Amino acid sequence: MRILRVLLRKEYLQIFRDKLLLRQMILAPFIQLIVLSSAATFEVKTARLYLVDRDQSTMSRGLADKLTASRRFKVVGAAASMTPANEALLARRAEMILNIPPDFERDLVRTRSASVQMIFNAEDGALAGVTSSYAQQIIAQYAQDLRASQSPSISASPAIQLRTRGWYNQDLDYKHYMVPGILVQLLTLVGTMMTAMNIVREREIGTLDQLNVTPVPRSAFIAAKLVPFLSIALVEFIIGLIIARWLFGVPMIGSLTLLFFCTIIYLVVALGLGLWVSTIVHTQQQAMFVSFFLLLIYLLMSGLFTPVRSMPQWAQWMAELNPVKHFIVIIRSILLKGATFTDILRPLGILVLSGTIVLTLAVRQYSKRAA
Amino acid sequence: MISTLAAFMTKEVRHILRDRQTLTILLLMPLVQVVLFGYALRSDVRDVRLVIVDPSPDYASLALRDRFEAANRFRIVGVAPTMKAVEPLFKQGRADLAVSIDPEFAPRLESREPAHILIAVDASDPNTGSTMQAYARAVIMSYEQEIEAQKKQPLQITPQVRMRFNPTLESVNLFIPGLIALVLTLVSALMTAISLSREKERGTLEILLVSPLRPWQIIVGKVLPYLGLAFANVLTALLAAWLIFHVAFRGSVTLLLVESIIYSMVSLGLGVLVASLTNTQRVAMLVALLVTMLPSTLLSGMVFPLASMPRILQLLSNIVPAHWFIVIARGIMLKGVGLEHLWRETLVLIGMTLVFMAAAVKSFKARVA
Repeated sequence: MRILRVLLRKEYLQIFRDKLLLRQMILAPFIQLIVLSSAATFEVKTARLYLVDRDQSTMSRGLADKLTASRRFKVVGAAASMTPANEALLARRAEMILNIPPDFERDLVRTRSASVQMIFNAEDGALAGVTSSYAQQIIAQYAQDLRASQSPSISASPAIQLRTRGWYNQDLDYKHYMVPGILVQLLTLVGTMMTAMNIVREREIGTLDQLNVTPVPRSAFIAAKLVPFLSIALVEFIIGLIIARWLFGVPMIGSLTLLFFCTIIYLVVALGLGLWVSTIVHTQQQAMFVSFFLLLIYLLMSGLFTPVRSMPQWAQWMAELNPVKHFIVIIRSILLKGATFTDILRPLGILVLSGTIVLTLAVRQYSKRAA
Repeated sequence: MISTLAAFMTKEVRHILRDRQTLTILLLMPLVQVVLFGYALRSDVRDVRLVIVDPSPDYASLALRDRFEAANRFRIVGVAPTMKAVEPLFKQGRADLAVSIDPEFAPRLESREPAHILIAVDASDPNTGSTMQAYARAVIMSYEQEIEAQKKQPLQITPQVRMRFNPTLESVNLFIPGLIALVLTLVSALMTAISLSREKERGTLEILLVSPLRPWQIIVGKVLPYLGLAFANVLTALLAAWLIFHVAFRGSVTLLLVESIIYSMVSLGLGVLVASLTNTQRVAMLVALLVTMLPSTLLSGMVFPLASMPRILQLLSNIVPAHWFIVIARGIMLKGVGLEHLWRETLVLIGMTLVFMAAAVKSFKARVA
């Protein structure tokens, strides 16, 4: 026990001595949290529309007005032919073109049906899909309006009245969803990479050999490497939660005690991964690349940014092995849905399992090296 | 002068080649990333699990159900008589969306009273939540239009939708340019930052500084080998994208390669700058990671559309080099445009290269003095 205390003291001293490192480790994540949380949204605000009105009639103007009145579309240019519109789409000055053919009004009056063409810049496919469904709704609504204005017997109200409701997140505020996820990402990045580089650094400098000839038991050595970063990560987590609460108004419905319990288990997994990496590499450069490689896969496949359920089946199975995914599920369900211990039993069990595997691997690998 | 530079570069290349582990990772990474993310990273929403709440089924509500079944995005996982049954399904994560149909759906439609439909969505992920909502709306609206069309005096405006540049709406087309930017940033900025600060940490930089090499030669010698590595990575990524995912190449490949080199130079400049401002590998890595990697993924438009971000972040994204490179790469690959549309973005990248390189050389010199 005394050995562990002494080792811990050494680790803390080393960490606190490097003021620049400490500042980076504490401050940078929060700047990131504040900035990036506002960036991570797929929400479609206003699409820039280029209007090609070749009809120039009351009805064609009415349609354009109806689109802009929804405030989802903003007319950024108008022309009588497609050439400048195409140009605008290529130069990224507009996201969509509304092409109203000549005879639009005449067709509507005579045959009671007309068509318009909508061309989207579909570089971002998901974005274009949602924008197009908005536009189609508004156009259908406009047809309904026209019909009602022509024959007063028909009510202008649509045949079906739609109401929508978002559960667990009434205002569809994506920040409530993203902030906890990004907090997890930052914790994982800083925690895993710092731990990964720590032991290798001792090896590079040569102090690892000195430690190996001392009577320090392996478990004490590994524990002394884990605990300081674990405590720093926990402090970061607490500050992050405070920012999430006060700055972003993230609801905290579930039990915070349960959340902290899960966080500690997750951090053991994340830091254990770093430890394992540091036992298989020789230089800090390698440590950084190996852990970065692993983390990138872990993070991008975790459902943090893109939904896991949109992935193909094999990728969803892979995601089941991903501790980051499970912790993100846990933190989101505790904070937003008020999940209790029994609700998160499965992801928590997987976390405990991965923690055990990673730590066992790390300790075994380390002893082989030293031998 | 050239021969000293050549000698220095030989040393640097040997450093890179000797470290097999890092080299393997560096060369494999773009391949693995393109394959993995090309398949797995999708921002579109598929397979929406839908619960229909239909208290009294009639021909109209059954017809609406059929519409949902026919739309291949939706999978009906249950039909319930009341909304009460939906709540537990949402909590356990077994359903994403519930459509609750008016108990008197058909009678109301016939008598031209408004019939009510409620769409409830599990919005704990609001990003997908609002997308699913939009898709469900579209299905119901098209059903409504059909009913309208059967009535007297129908009036229809048919929108013909064309998706330019990416007709299948595949996410992979969107992500590949971003992935290339990510890999380039990683190799260029992080590698140079670490490799320079490593010399610092070990004290070999002092030796280099007293050698006849000039500061700019040290920087060039450090940067060029990594530029070669970065170039190899771009080629791998592009080949994988082309062979596996058949990502469209509408524009000039040469132009894309040239732009990639310019972008690598920006990242290399950033890497050198970071290294000259920090003293240890750990700090260099952390700083490089935070100033390059995270902005490159989140503020570049790679995953999240810039147009959706708050104004201030849109302004901020202008100083993120990856943002400009992604615009260029998407322009060339998906739209097939050339320099006539991209000269502005290219100039910005070149300007950034000059600024970062100048700053790097300057702060490097200041250290020496």
